[in-house]
Amino acid sequence: MLYEQELKTFVEGTTNFFEVAAQQAATIGSPYLMEGSPAVHEYTGIINISGKREGVVYFTAPKAMLTVLLMKMQENDFSHETMKDLVGEVANTISGNARRDFGRDFVISVPSVLSGEKPELAHKPGQRAFIIPINWRSHSAKLVVSLT
Amino acid sequence: MSGNGGGMNGRRSYKLMIVDDSNIMRRRIERSQQFEELQLVGTAGNGFEALELFKRTDPDVVTMDLTMPRMDGIECIGQLVALKPAVRILVISALADKATAVEAMEKGANGFLNKPFTDRQLNEAIAELMR
Repeated sequence: MLYEQELKTFVEGTTNFFEVAAQQAATIGSPYLMEGSPAVHEYTGIINISGKREGVVYFTAPKAMLTVLLMKMQENDFSHETMKDLVGEVANTISGNARRDFGRDFVISVPSVLSGEKPELAHKPGQRAFIIPINWRSHSAKLVVSLT
Repeated sequence: MSGNGGGMNGRRSYKLMIVDDSNIMRRRIERSQQFEELQLVGTAGNGFEALELFKRTDPDVVTMDLTMPRMDGIECIGQLVALKPAVRILVISALADKATAVEAMEKGANGFLNKPFTDRQLNEAIAELMR
């Protein structure tokens, strides 16, 4: 079962990136349960979690959002590699927040990045995937938390 | 802190190396740091590259990511300090837990800055490092 405080840690890790790196806060939409196959945009940064909880957390964003985010960060390289780099950094921030709040009860992997592909989500008893919309300027990304 | 005497405008100049597996972060640090006395000698994307670059360029100041492929930042810090005990190392990492910061400091890092960071936070951390 996923606790509200745990969800909050992942959400704050995500919104903190926008607030600090782009100097413009993101807002969150109402979380909902994922049904069917994983929802993804063009670029996805993933962390795997084991230990006290098992599963994955991923941040998936459209190219348009990442392009504007890069502009706000004064970046002028908008290549495919840079987009992957950016979602990896967001996932890295989520991971760092989780390590700070959860300590060594959670074993958190180094982030990996996908472009266009869907992450594999293990289906275990009691495991549910929450989708949290991350809204920033006119764009919307998703934070997906799927833990037992 | 040591450095090359009589740099630009009569100031001491210090050689800077940036280590991070993210191109965005390497460019961000290079672009945002505002110290004229810091001369960038190179950037590296992992601990092995950093060691090679360090041996060739002998930097005085290093910014160091921790989570990197091949050789991570913690191991790299230990090796850099063994090569040059006077090197000043600022860890710049998303790993925000105290245990990681303590481990880096014990290996020889001199400062710790969490990602993400603002330009002001970066420059304050570098200023503190060079004091």
